[in-house]
Amino acid sequence: MESPGIILAFFALSGVTVASALLVFVARNLLHALAFLVISFLGMAGLFLTLSADFIAVAQVLIYAGSISVLMVFAVMLTPLASRDNGSTLYVIPAMLAAGGLASLIGFVAIDTEWDERKGEALGVSDFTTTVAGIGDLLLGRYILAFEVASVLLLFALLGAIVLVQERRRAGEEAS
Amino acid sequence: MSEQPMRPATPMLRQIAEHRSLRQRFMGVSVEWKGLAFLLLAGFTLANLAIAFVVVDGRLDGRWYDIRDLGNATAHLRTWMGEQGFHPAVPYVTTALLGALGILSVVGGWLLIGSWVERRVLAKFQIRQGPNRTGPFGLLQPIADAVKLMQKEVVIPRVADRFLYYAPPVIIFIPAVLGWGPVPWAGRMSFLDLNVGVLYTIAISSLGVLGVFLAGWSSNNHYSLLGAMRTVAMMVSYEIPISLALLAVVLLTGSMQLSTIVAWQANYNAWLILLLPFGAFTFLFASTAEINRTPNDIGEAESEIVAGFYTEYSGMKAGLFMGVELGNAILVGAMMSTFFLGGYTMFGLETWIPGYLILAAKIGAVYFLFVWLRGTLPRFRLDQLMGYAWKFLIPLSAAQVLLVAVEASIFVRWEVPAIFPLPAFALLNAALTVEMVRRWARALGYAPEVQQQQPVMATAMGGLKAAQKLRGG
Repeated sequence: MESPGIILAFFALSGVTVASALLVFVARNLLHALAFLVISFLGMAGLFLTLSADFIAVAQVLIYAGSISVLMVFAVMLTPLASRDNGSTLYVIPAMLAAGGLASLIGFVAIDTEWDERKGEALGVSDFTTTVAGIGDLLLGRYILAFEVASVLLLFALLGAIVLVQERRRAGEEAS
Repeated sequence: MSEQPMRPATPMLRQIAEHRSLRQRFMGVSVEWKGLAFLLLAGFTLANLAIAFVVVDGRLDGRWYDIRDLGNATAHLRTWMGEQGFHPAVPYVTTALLGALGILSVVGGWLLIGSWVERRVLAKFQIRQGPNRTGPFGLLQPIADAVKLMQKEVVIPRVADRFLYYAPPVIIFIPAVLGWGPVPWAGRMSFLDLNVGVLYTIAISSLGVLGVFLAGWSSNNHYSLLGAMRTVAMMVSYEIPISLALLAVVLLTGSMQLSTIVAWQANYNAWLILLLPFGAFTFLFASTAEINRTPNDIGEAESEIVAGFYTEYSGMKAGLFMGVELGNAILVGAMMSTFFLGGYTMFGLETWIPGYLILAAKIGAVYFLFVWLRGTLPRFRLDQLMGYAWKFLIPLSAAQVLLVAVEASIFVRWEVPAIFPLPAFALLNAALTVEMVRRWARALGYAPEVQQQQPVMATAMGGLKAAQKLRGG
């Protein structure tokens, strides 16, 4: 666990992640910000890989870097040109508040956790080899209800999207 | 011409001319083509017998010089380095670099000859010669093209977004190389044998969208943006049928590891294309959309939007975009072979022939199919392609996933030799696929034509029969 490769990878990847996350704020052009956001996502996927969490790493690439970013691209393209500026807005204040709250929460957990229990034997490599099978078992076993609720929610979202974009016929038009 | 016979120039040649038997003798031994061929055949047979002896004997298995599986060599190198007392990082870094070198040499070697192969094969379909002037058979044509592309002046539009304009040719290459990671070339010969290999493949293929979009957007050109938006829309749509087709594969084989999927097919001697014909078709068709090949290359349709998303790129930058298309084509060929055509196995042939050669042959076959499609089919329209994905491929793939889920649970629980359920599944799936496709097409309003119609062009323009018919014969 303490081999120089892992430590090097951790610092390189977290450096990339944090730097590109900062550049998301700094970049004025919204699409530049989007590109940096994707780099940040990929860096996080790399961090998951160093933690031997293959599945989460791949899901991170698949969902965030691959799909969410395309969604954001479409969102940016569909907005008027004037609002494509990543300049200062009033949303900075609630965003800063939320970010500060989140950072303090993570910091509190990091300080509060007794890391000595999570070292050595508890972090044996063998515990992490089969995360996929474990995740599958848990999703279709213990957390089946949450899984089903999420899938029903997604199905409704799909149907809702179809209903929203469907051309509405008026009552009078149907007769003609 | 004079009647004078040709005079041999040297005494040696005169001697040969006078003694007829000397013409066909070399050092006293008669050299005829038949004899030569027989000798070659005998040598070939003997060599093969020797190989067969060694292979059956099993003394080759797992040795470092067992070139049927290059993974043996790297594994031995790793253990040797470990025994020499190197730091544990050294063997891993070395073998990783060796594997990366292998992948890069496959991709790079293909980029070197791929455009020549593509143009020559395409030319055969169009009854032309193709590039045949530069070097033997025109083999040096790609190099000449590359030199030409590099010498070209790089023109960058003034209004282009400089920062995002430079990145896409590089970004778009990343998935084309990374995608080779989990492909198994032989039993121990895969660079990155992840246990989430299928998901990795899908994730990597979804990364290509970003490069395409950034290229189109940063060029600040109508055609580029149009091509980019078309490509993005198409890639996002066709990811779903690909995922569903691969989901059926995963359900049946019970693993997301590519080497396990190949091992499953080798174990039951059943290629998945026989069990999942619709899945294989979906994967192939959707892949051509993902990698922008011709039946579906609306993102860069030359006849409509110049060159699509890379209209504004010149010189080697445009060359990189074209190279990525070539590289992606064989990457998809490798995926198709691995998932549906048995990968590096060939019903036991992989014991005798190196698995990577078998995989290369299968990749070549799929690639030939791609070129065939390119030479034969016209380009689809955007709305046709989107409608095909959403209204046809996705519902039928979902139905197939349901069917395969039932079959897989039967297959796992039913304790009979696999020879009984698997052919039954294959027949059932084929029949249901045909029936579903017919019914669904009819429901969508595309009734399959019952009456055989004579092609108009054939009757009007060509063929002896048409001429006879015109004459009233």
